Amino acid sequence: MSDHAIDGVRPADRSREAVPWRRAAWRQYRLERRMFWRNPSAAFFNFLLPLLFLALFGAIFSGDRDTLQVIVPGIAGMAVMSTTFSALAMNLTYLREAGILKRVRGTPLPTSAYLAGIAGSAITNTAVQVGLITVAGTMVFGLDPPRDWPALVLFVVVGVWCFAALGVALSHAIPNFDSAPAYVNAAFLPVIFISGVFYDADDAPRFLRDVAEVLPLKHLIDGLSGAMVAGADVDHLLALAVLALWGCAGTLLAIRGFSWDARRA
Amino acid sequence: MNGHAAIEVEGLRKRYGEREAVRGISFTVRRGEVFGLLGPNGAGKTTTVEILEGYRERSDGRVSVLGMDPGTRPAALRRRVGIVLQSSGLYRHLTVREAVEHWAGLYPAPRDVDETIALTGLEEAAGVRTRALSGGQQRRLDFALALIGDPELVFLDEPTTGFDPAARRQAWDAVRSLQELGKTVLLTTHYLDEAQALADRVAIVKDGAILAEGAPGDLGAGAQRFRVTWRGEDGEAHVRETADPTALLHEITGAALARGERLHDLGVSRPSLEEVYLELTAGDATAAA
Repeated sequence: MSDHAIDGVRPADRSREAVPWRRAAWRQYRLERRMFWRNPSAAFFNFLLPLLFLALFGAIFSGDRDTLQVIVPGIAGMAVMSTTFSALAMNLTYLREAGILKRVRGTPLPTSAYLAGIAGSAITNTAVQVGLITVAGTMVFGLDPPRDWPALVLFVVVGVWCFAALGVALSHAIPNFDSAPAYVNAAFLPVIFISGVFYDADDAPRFLRDVAEVLPLKHLIDGLSGAMVAGADVDHLLALAVLALWGCAGTLLAIRGFSWDARRA
Repeated sequence: MNGHAAIEVEGLRKRYGEREAVRGISFTVRRGEVFGLLGPNGAGKTTTVEILEGYRERSDGRVSVLGMDPGTRPAALRRRVGIVLQSSGLYRHLTVREAVEHWAGLYPAPRDVDETIALTGLEEAAGVRTRALSGGQQRRLDFALALIGDPELVFLDEPTTGFDPAARRQAWDAVRSLQELGKTVLLTTHYLDEAQALADRVAIVKDGAILAEGAPGDLGAGAQRFRVTWRGEDGEAHVRETADPTALLHEITGAALARGERLHDLGVSRPSLEEVYLELTAGDATAAA
């Protein structure tokens, strides 16, 4: 009767040994994937919006190679930010306010395995999107294939860490789920506009450039641009240093402010 | 201390800044019993339970749950307890069956999924997404998720608050089925009838302290006062309360005999749980008014 045991947990196995960490994290990851696809609005905003932007801008600037060389890495950078920063800030605020974090906290699921499952799902979205954008840039818009694959992977990884940590940190500042989109977009929209997602950031007015220079997204886009576009002259070390600095600050804030319990109304 | 106890609490205190929510609570829950913490809202019941569940740190006192200190959040303890929180969310996009299956995978030796769904009366809702469940069904899913790990001890924090009478009865049945499975249950409630219906023993909590403790039927008995009632020859009802009914009866009957009267409906009774509860928690109503 109970032989359709769940993932190898057989009823005969009456020991009280812990479920192995890897299996717990993997199960959580698969659950997150399933739930992601069952929530169409989240799937749209997290998944299709950057691709839609790419299609639109690609159509508008079709044939304008110089502009497309700016926009393709720009949208790849935006995809990294939206799949990690925006998605995690919204998701964790929801999980906290709905009381799901608290419920999970009362089970034997290790905290690290739980968060690994959630983060892994977000990173899957990042990888798929950056992959699609790279392929579309080459196949559809006729750009050269990325010239420096290791640098591309390096910047995506560092970007994911930086923006995932900042997203978790932002969720601590969001008081309730109703206001989560406002908080997230108040950070996300200005940053993507000044960081050169849709145009070359060097064409922006001086003070906007200075602001963008301090923020992480411009440096991620610079790094991606250097890896994807032949001939781009980019200071990789500076870009990595700024991303790492934000990543460290984000990680610190993400851990320090973490709350399992809904905010009191 | 007693090796058979599931929960031992001694001198538990919890301060939030200046306010002391729990002021020196002590009680013991034996294995296999349903123990009720009964008291008005804000009495410190949830704080106490959440310390035992490992959600909150205590300020002072000694606490042992299944022989472990929940304050250190041992994973071994979480494998052996089930928790029904006062309110907690569900993954909205999963079905009941998927949620129960996922939770089963968190435990080393879970109960059977179908059996647990049946036990909590959710067979017909098994394929329904959790966001479409009624309040009563959601509560039963809370029970199912707390039970799926086959815990020895189940915490139920106000399991029926906000329920209509039918949903309450169903939740009560679910608690009774826990009892039949031999689980130890720690229940909090502000409903007297709930404590009376479900608990083997009850502690009445108010302002962070236990005012009385015992089996629901004995709580009145444990009280220091007896009530003597009678009607005189004129039919007028009299009530006197005393700590020593022997002396009072002697006095009353002696006086009646001296007057040559008969006393009608003479009786000695102990206060009911309801009377004890209302009396002990009376200060609360006046304070709130």
